[in-house]
Amino acid sequence: MATIAPIHGTPELSERRVNYLNVEHGWKSWLFTTDHKRIAILYLISITLMFFVGGLMAVLFRINLLEPEGIFAPETYNRLFSAHGIIMVFFFLVPSIPATLANFLIPIMVGAKDLAFPRVNLLSWYIYVVGALLTLYAVIRGGVDTGWTFYAPYSSTYSNSYVLAAAFGVFTAGFSSILTGLNFIVTVHKMRAPGMTWSRLPLFVWSNYATGLIQVLGTPVLAITLLLLAFERIAHVGIFDPNIGGDPILFQHLFWFYSHPAVYIMILPGMGVISEIVSCFSHKRVFGYNFVAFSSMAIAVLSFVVWGHHMFITGESMYTSLAFSFLSFMVAVPSAIKVFNWTATMYKGSISFDTPMLYAFGFIGLFTIGGLTGLYLAALGTDVATHGTYFIVAHFHYVMVGGMVMAFVGGLHFWWPKMTGRMYPEAWAKFAALIIFLGFNLTFFPQFILGYLGMPRRYHAYPPEFQALNVLSSAGASILGVGYVIPMIYFLWSLKYGKRAGMNPYDARGLEWTIPSPPTTFNFDTTPVVTQEAYDYGELEEVVG
Amino acid sequence: MAETLVPAGQEELEAQETHLRHHFATPEQQTDAATLGMWTFLITEVLFFGGMFTAYAIYRTMYPGAFASTSEFMDVRLGGANTAVLICSSLTMALAVRAAQLSRRKDLIRFLILTMIFGTVFLVIKGIEYHAKWVEYKVPGFRFTYEPSYYFHHAQILFSLYFYMTGMHAIHMVVGLGLLTYLVIQAWRGIFHARYFAPVEMIGLYWHFVDIVWIFLFPLLYLIGHKR
Repeated sequence: MATIAPIHGTPELSERRVNYLNVEHGWKSWLFTTDHKRIAILYLISITLMFFVGGLMAVLFRINLLEPEGIFAPETYNRLFSAHGIIMVFFFLVPSIPATLANFLIPIMVGAKDLAFPRVNLLSWYIYVVGALLTLYAVIRGGVDTGWTFYAPYSSTYSNSYVLAAAFGVFTAGFSSILTGLNFIVTVHKMRAPGMTWSRLPLFVWSNYATGLIQVLGTPVLAITLLLLAFERIAHVGIFDPNIGGDPILFQHLFWFYSHPAVYIMILPGMGVISEIVSCFSHKRVFGYNFVAFSSMAIAVLSFVVWGHHMFITGESMYTSLAFSFLSFMVAVPSAIKVFNWTATMYKGSISFDTPMLYAFGFIGLFTIGGLTGLYLAALGTDVATHGTYFIVAHFHYVMVGGMVMAFVGGLHFWWPKMTGRMYPEAWAKFAALIIFLGFNLTFFPQFILGYLGMPRRYHAYPPEFQALNVLSSAGASILGVGYVIPMIYFLWSLKYGKRAGMNPYDARGLEWTIPSPPTTFNFDTTPVVTQEAYDYGELEEVVG
Repeated sequence: MAETLVPAGQEELEAQETHLRHHFATPEQQTDAATLGMWTFLITEVLFFGGMFTAYAIYRTMYPGAFASTSEFMDVRLGGANTAVLICSSLTMALAVRAAQLSRRKDLIRFLILTMIFGTVFLVIKGIEYHAKWVEYKVPGFRFTYEPSYYFHHAQILFSLYFYMTGMHAIHMVVGLGLLTYLVIQAWRGIFHARYFAPVEMIGLYWHFVDIVWIFLFPLLYLIGHKR
């Protein structure tokens, strides 16, 4: 890709050019835009708000857990952790990288002017906002106490909280996720520039393509499940409540048929980000490109056949459990391929320790812990012992927060210059990365021990002997919270005072680094012609600082 | 990108005629994208209905007797008539696409309206059936009654599924009718011709999909226990 003719002039000149940010002004130019880059910014603002709302819930219930008997009323605690889960999963993690970074980058990375369906893209943001408002309404009116899983029949019959509003919120947001995935699939298939073959696609595109498949195939099932749940709650007839002949296990099957693949929606895009970052800051092509690309697809396929591992203790047949256990172990193979290939990429590379790379290091370490503990849970015996304990909580937070959020924040640093034309302050950014890493481990590592010792999740109180570890975890959470606020501040600061970024501040490869920062509305003045594979970093001939 | 050697003015005219949006290079690319997008959307629809079909399959296996006994309350003649109506509407929809491809504006409008009439007839018949269920106290949750009484709960599940599935199908029909209205207006304005008919084709795909859902619903819901 290095052979694109330098049509945009020098970076210094391009800064003063019209770009997608200053081409139009006023709120209408944002709310009615069909530019994928502006929509990405809209999404970025919305999900950041939701992240801080969800984070606030976490702060509150971590405060509650400072005391063994709890500080708030049990009902309050239940509503706090439910709101935290629902908001973080459906309104932050699922759209996090796809709707922001990928929305911004995929058209550019494949050499297109926009996503295939720009208006659908804008529609998906509006749908997201409606879903988020419905959910926030539920939270403000008094919250939901079902947990993010909405298990029937509790949610459909017994829960005395705002289940309907929250369920409709999640239902609505699901369609925004479907439309994003659909847009990516069609864009990757039909909008690639001449010469941009499948085997030249950046791995970030591959991983988001795989994510798109999951979004498209899984989310509709969640939608119908929540709808059936809502009907049952409204009319008191339905198909999940055992009192009226229904089967609550069916709810779990349908729910996890979406929600297990959904956890891969919440990690695959992060893996794509890490592939880009590791390659760029090792100044080396990704080791085993084909394996990394196809491991994304393998994860997407396997994600649909492992949902039963959430239900080992629901009384599902032993043979079913055996099959699900085996298939869950299989997911470790493509995941490990990725981890090994990232390390192999770094091996003999010329590594520079820029901020995004620090997040990539964090990701690889934390994701590995999260992934390996996943194997404990895929094993039938250990799962029975640790099911519903803090071990599970720690496991998925290592993957979701240690993995996806690290990748998201890392990716945000990596492409911030491209999105805004400004550099973030490097020293502060490194400091924040360190704080987040330390805070994260202090928060969640004690939870592994708590879970191993048998502390159940979702209780507002616990036996006094668990207090030390819980206080440690709450202390870690406050450090983690500070770690997230620092980037928030310096990112906003950098918008006005940050050093201007050139076209390619990291000497990275890829089409997005061949256009000005920030890009113009149509990304490319002329359609690029791609002649080389991705990550063409060549031989390590020069010393790159 | 195909190398085209047409004068710039003509190219612009062609783009206008084929409603080429700025981010596509060629009309073919635009149509391809729309087709793939529509098929992908239909896959999501399959999974959406799939959740209900799964529930149906499980409860029918669990409660075969209760499910079979409900056939007494399903009007096979009306259901059969609706099946025929929908198959006819699929034919007229296909003919509408053909008319668009051949730039036959009047035929296009005629077939689209015919499709809408079939769709409306379907909904009217469906309404008659819903009304009959209401009169017979077969609406779950609203004074639902059932004989024999030991089938009460399980038959109610079938009737819940009946209303969920046919109701969701009817909503899709209503959306389809709205889309067809849009097409008729656009066709009236003479927008569609041999070089630009993608919207007709895409909405046609949607219409056929909604029809085929019914083709599955009819035997599953109406013919479970029928011996006549």
